[in-house]
Amino acid sequence: MSIFEYNGSALVAMVGKNCFAIASDRRLGVQLQTVATDFQRIYKIHDKLFIGLSGLATDSQTLYQRLVFRHKLYQLREERDMKPETFASLVSAILYEKRFGPYFCQPVIAGLGDEDKPFICTMDSIGAKELAKDFVVAGTASESLYGACESMFKPDMEAEELFETISQALLSSVDRDCLSGWGGHVYLVTPTEVTEKILKGRMD
Amino acid sequence: MGDSQYSFSLTTFSPSGKLVQIEHALTAVGSGQTSLGIKAANGVVIATEKKLPSILVDETSVQKIQILTPNIGVVYSGMGPDSRVLVRKSRKQAEQYFRLYKEPIPVTQLVRETATVMQEFTQSGGVRPFGVSLLVAGFDDKGPQLYQVDPSGSYFSWKASAMGKNVSNAKTFLEKRYTDDMELDDAVHTAILTLKEGFEGQISSKNIEIGVIGNDKTFKILTPSEIEDYLQEVE
Repeated sequence: MSIFEYNGSALVAMVGKNCFAIASDRRLGVQLQTVATDFQRIYKIHDKLFIGLSGLATDSQTLYQRLVFRHKLYQLREERDMKPETFASLVSAILYEKRFGPYFCQPVIAGLGDEDKPFICTMDSIGAKELAKDFVVAGTASESLYGACESMFKPDMEAEELFETISQALLSSVDRDCLSGWGGHVYLVTPTEVTEKILKGRMD
Repeated sequence: MGDSQYSFSLTTFSPSGKLVQIEHALTAVGSGQTSLGIKAANGVVIATEKKLPSILVDETSVQKIQILTPNIGVVYSGMGPDSRVLVRKSRKQAEQYFRLYKEPIPVTQLVRETATVMQEFTQSGGVRPFGVSLLVAGFDDKGPQLYQVDPSGSYFSWKASAMGKNVSNAKTFLEKRYTDDMELDDAVHTAILTLKEGFEGQISSKNIEIGVIGNDKTFKILTPSEIEDYLQEVE
């Protein structure tokens, strides 16, 4: 079994009209056994920047701690928050540092950049960035997620509709994947507010 | 005062609380050729005298004003070779920042890192402080900025500043002439007039250097013919 499938995860981020949404499942497993149903995969870096980390849970927690460390120092030195594009470059550099002994994580980064323009990207475990204008997915349910997002996504959705779309895409995809599920965790971010919602899906 | 008994070692404080070697480094700066910088509302200008030791020296081969990044330039007063080392290190630091963040380094960050290097050379064994003060001119998201960095590693942001031989006259002149809403062209004229104040001999496009950065955020070293145009306007 692949190391990326040890804990199970599902992550998706979508771009809307002057907003974005990032969602994850809540299951933490040890292969076939479910160990937690409230595991956090999406972390806030600052009010307009979120990162979701799929893959091996221990690596995703450690990587998150390292990134928060770097961002805090950046904030102190430069007296400003990091732009999402800059943060993505930083994550890519940190992952590549471990090119021959990598973190077993696939990050999904979502944020509001200059003039609150939504930015999303994902990368592989050694830092190859993939920018997208519509949606990005990661985790064991990624193939189902690609299909669901491709059919459900429309450009320039407002916050309410975006929330519905990303929730439906997430829940229907994790139902096809035994290693992810147990509900969903959705963050909807607009220039003025951040909304956090828990979804109840098939609890298996 | 007993200070001179402590001037042998950089890393030993004198009883009056000074590091005498740094004082001597500042003296080296003070006997260097005058250089100055002015921050305008829409840009920054830096300028320096370029007095060569002999008319036989090819003046086109000498460049005192250097580019650190496309939007940051620097001029020095003091020991030329020391400034070359700092320019080299600063350029490398700027590129390392870009490689990590894929974003051009902000002026304050580059100044801080350069100042840190200069400070390291005041607290290490077997080295001496840099015999230069730098004037760093840049334009980034925070607008036009002008910083002076001293051999001790301290740095200050200035609206207008001068260093080198004629520093007190130049600063008095600048204090009188400086206005907050100056445009870049006016600043260049003022810079030339300030240099002229303490200039020995005839000022010409061959014995001064001027660097400007405007709203286009591109640091440009003026060619002798462009300097000539400004000199004509000032006459």
